[in-house]
Amino acid sequence: MSVILVFLLVIAGFAGWWLSHQRLMTKPWLEQGAAGDFVPFDRSGLPTAKIGLGVFLAVVGCLFALFTSAYFMRMALSDWQPLPMPRLLWLNTGMLVLSSVALQCASVAARKRQMDTVRLGLAAAGLTAIAFLVGQLMAWRDLTADGYFLASNPANSFFYLITGMHGLHIVGGLVGLGRTTAGAWNGARPERLRLSVELCAMYWHFLLFVWLAIFALLAGWAATFIDICRQLLT
Amino acid sequence: MVDVTPADAVPPAEVAEMELYHPHSWWTKYVFSQDAKVIAIQYSGTATAIGLVALVLSWLMRLQLGFPGTFDFITPEAYYQFITMHGMIMVIYLLTALFLGGFGNYLIPLMVGARDMVFPYVNMLSYWIYLLAVLVLVSSFFAPGGPTGAGWTLYPPQAIMTGTPGGQEWGIILMLVSLILFIIGFTMGGLNYVVTVLQARTRGMTMMRLPLTVWGIFTATVMALLAFPALFVACVMMLLDRALGTSFFMPAVVEMGEQLQHNGGSPILFQHLFWFFGHPEVYIVALPAFGIVSDLISTHARKNIFGYRMMVWAIVGIGALSFVVWAHHMYVSGMHPYFGFFFATTTLIIAIPTAIKVYNWVLTLWRGDIHLTIPMLFAMAFIVTFVNGGLTGLFLGNVVVDVPLSDTMFVVAHFHMVMGVAPILVIFGAIYHWYPKVTGRMLNETLGRFHFWVTFLGAYLIFFPMHYIGLMGVPRRYAEMTDVTVMTESAHHLNSFISIMAFIVGFAQIVFLFNLIWSIRHGREAGGNPWRATTLEWQTPQTPPAHGNFGKELPIVYRWAYDYSVPGAKEDFIPQNMPGTFGPSREPA
Amino acid sequence: MPIVVVLVLIVLGSVLFHFLSPWWWTPIASNWDYIDNTIIITFWITGVVFAAVVLFMAYCVFRFRHREGSRAAYEPENRRLEWWLTIVTGVGVTAMLVPGLFVWSRFVNVPSDATVVEVVGQQWQWSFRLPGKDGKLGTSDTRDVTAENPLGVIAKDPNGQDDVVVEAADLHLPVGKPVKMLLRSIDVLHDFYVPEFRAKMDMIPGSVTYFWFTPTKTGTFQVLCAELCGQGHPMMHGIVMVDTQEDYVAWLDQQQTFAQLSAPQQTGSAEQAPGNATVSALKVAAKLETVGSR
Repeated sequence: MSVILVFLLVIAGFAGWWLSHQRLMTKPWLEQGAAGDFVPFDRSGLPTAKIGLGVFLAVVGCLFALFTSAYFMRMALSDWQPLPMPRLLWLNTGMLVLSSVALQCASVAARKRQMDTVRLGLAAAGLTAIAFLVGQLMAWRDLTADGYFLASNPANSFFYLITGMHGLHIVGGLVGLGRTTAGAWNGARPERLRLSVELCAMYWHFLLFVWLAIFALLAGWAATFIDICRQLLT
Repeated sequence: MVDVTPADAVPPAEVAEMELYHPHSWWTKYVFSQDAKVIAIQYSGTATAIGLVALVLSWLMRLQLGFPGTFDFITPEAYYQFITMHGMIMVIYLLTALFLGGFGNYLIPLMVGARDMVFPYVNMLSYWIYLLAVLVLVSSFFAPGGPTGAGWTLYPPQAIMTGTPGGQEWGIILMLVSLILFIIGFTMGGLNYVVTVLQARTRGMTMMRLPLTVWGIFTATVMALLAFPALFVACVMMLLDRALGTSFFMPAVVEMGEQLQHNGGSPILFQHLFWFFGHPEVYIVALPAFGIVSDLISTHARKNIFGYRMMVWAIVGIGALSFVVWAHHMYVSGMHPYFGFFFATTTLIIAIPTAIKVYNWVLTLWRGDIHLTIPMLFAMAFIVTFVNGGLTGLFLGNVVVDVPLSDTMFVVAHFHMVMGVAPILVIFGAIYHWYPKVTGRMLNETLGRFHFWVTFLGAYLIFFPMHYIGLMGVPRRYAEMTDVTVMTESAHHLNSFISIMAFIVGFAQIVFLFNLIWSIRHGREAGGNPWRATTLEWQTPQTPPAHGNFGKELPIVYRWAYDYSVPGAKEDFIPQNMPGTFGPSREPA
Repeated sequence: MPIVVVLVLIVLGSVLFHFLSPWWWTPIASNWDYIDNTIIITFWITGVVFAAVVLFMAYCVFRFRHREGSRAAYEPENRRLEWWLTIVTGVGVTAMLVPGLFVWSRFVNVPSDATVVEVVGQQWQWSFRLPGKDGKLGTSDTRDVTAENPLGVIAKDPNGQDDVVVEAADLHLPVGKPVKMLLRSIDVLHDFYVPEFRAKMDMIPGSVTYFWFTPTKTGTFQVLCAELCGQGHPMMHGIVMVDTQEDYVAWLDQQQTFAQLSAPQQTGSAEQAPGNATVSALKVAAKLETVGSR
């Protein structure tokens, strides 16, 4: 369970930082009569939707951290046999990186109100994300064809489970991206579109980060990395 | 002393009147509503309905335990289905849903001075997915083989094997699917509660001016958002083990003389994931109760809550600590014994902030002006049962004391007292307190007092003696205790007594439901602020509050939530949105 | 005002119930009176706190209940009082925790002279295995469980041949000698629990757990399963008899070893018919019937 605890420690860090700005040491009963002077208006300046997405991404991060924890705990048992990583995953990783880059471009363009670039970026992001999903399915097919079935070894089970869970999140993201793209074509209000694009980009970058982390995990580099850390500590 | 800053120096409210969603038809107003207050009532109604099912199940269990052998239709198989569904419904579908979905939705926007939740559409979806989860759960009663009888902890391997009711049939699958749906639905609601508190507080409503109710629900929601994924992961993995033959949790096992295909999995892994959710869950239920009871005591004792800052710190501290105590549910699970040292220490440390909260509640009563209204009575009953249940927690949290007591009736008595009876007493108190705001009328006083006395004394008489049956060594989850030699003849009589009390207490809840319905039309008119309370929900222009809560302008907050009996003020309460300074306010600016 | 009386009555009633009611733990029959002592300490500390809090509350209601014209005092906080209460609570918690941890370290560290007894749980019966003359238990694997080898002892392991196998029958232990119970399950979670011994531990399929104790009284004690293990859970009883040394040796001489048990059946086929759900359900019913009739 150490992975999830480390993850929660990071969350606790954010929470602690935020709490430290809430003046928890003040004596509220002495601060009466004022709305604005020594009781500053302390909401975040970020749009509410971004805060909401941020909280949601913390939950998603928690989910994958828990899968990782379970992965390491199950891996320590004797029947674990690592499976070969399909080479296709590298191509898929490339696709997801492209997708993220395209959305970042769209987001920058939305800030400059260059509608054509926005549309191009959104479409490119959508297509590469779909290519990523198709690639993932092909990787699954290849593995199954080579005899690495879901139930034959826990390493296989985790591979299908974690990639599947990540894929589902991409599918969910595609719904949001689809709505944003439709808005871009149908002339949504520019500020609104800009916010939507930025939200999509934020979600995409996060899922790219998650993918890189679980790729490292499934390929076995994460375990090696942790072993090295452990040796350095002892 | 203090100048109120001109309004233009302050950013405008987040949701202006114009931007608010307006329903256009009866359907969108009352059924597919995006108004948090309607959603709150939907959540509460559904939770109460499914809670009644759980109440009936508890009667059936007590029939069997109190009068073994008398009721042939309660087979061991049925008994295990009853305990499983009772436990799961009460913990997840009633308490979590009612505190966060019900009270959270109703009170957060009103108490922080917002017009609604920040994402009303997602909030509506949250309820409908919750309803779907409940329906899937109920459907398992009608599935072949009936609901699962694996115990609410759903421990593998038995949860998915033939020796357990529903293990190789539909029961366990429907249970897991229902939980997964619940978690998805809850996450949607939870995002709303958290972000509303973060972003939609009205002008002047700093975190340290929030009522403790909001602090409790807010912290509990943050915890739930981080803890429920653990249950989600456990459910998904168990579903794969059951449906597709993977071996996440399933080791090599022999089922009724037959080798199964599973190999090498770890049942302990499930327990870690389950309790990583399961322990914070206790506080997810308890923290809103802590918050609400603080407000009830303060309002009805006409005194500010004693040590507000300490109360806030304690809530945050308990919330954080509760993530590092989960394995105290697993002292005798066969995990590495050295974990016991760590988890016993963290568990007993968490008793300190919890004790501080108890002291501050009773110290609020000290030199108060205590009105013995029904909410106040329930709040005091909460303190009695919570202290009782919390103290027996010190037995079970202390690793070596847990060895003889774990998995006995002592545990059953403990957790019913501390997370069953105590929070439910707060729920009752809260309903008597806020019902006038929701409906505009008071609940009937006579019926209410009858309900209080029967529920409080009855519940105490059920669960206090039960500890001693556990102390004798009688294990929990026994459909029949007749063969247990340590169970003496007199203890069987005690068991019958407990069952009779359970029926009486259950009956009182029917009276309560009648009161809820009857008083909608026949209750005494309440007016806008019957308890003369300070918090914003009592200052709305209409009662019940209209859509948008606060009429044309959002309130501006000038003080904390607990200005009761301030020296120098004429009334013994000052609403949060009343300007001006009173009493001993001498903060050097 | 009734609430004041009731609160006082709750405290009095609870204390009287604690001391006067006939329901209390069974007399201890092992060395774990340390655990009982820790429970007594905890009872005293928590009892005092419970009485103090509830009586204080009762006094507050009595003294400060609403009267015409009365008004509450204004006291937002009292740092010194809160700190004192925190410190006192901390001391109380430490007084419970420290002895508890000492006893726990005793509980998890098995004395070196403890003899080993293996308990195997399965739905819904207890079996036992004792090391033979060589003092060593043979290795085992759930995969090797068949009708003829119900405990899954690995036949190739020479250490296992002289192991004493007690299938679904009573276990005997000599009084006054520490035993280390090795706990194993071949199907679901169980928990080996004898209330008189105070100790218990879950048994997990796929791994071996343990606890240790020294029986201090001769007699017959009931074994209960303390971890939900399916429909037969409340019927999963067994018997542990704590004997004098002579009785124990006499009992041990009558038991059969693994080699003796498996010798005539080496040629027997362990073929199992693949079952579907209804067959399994019938098996469960049959199993329950045999367990119930015992």
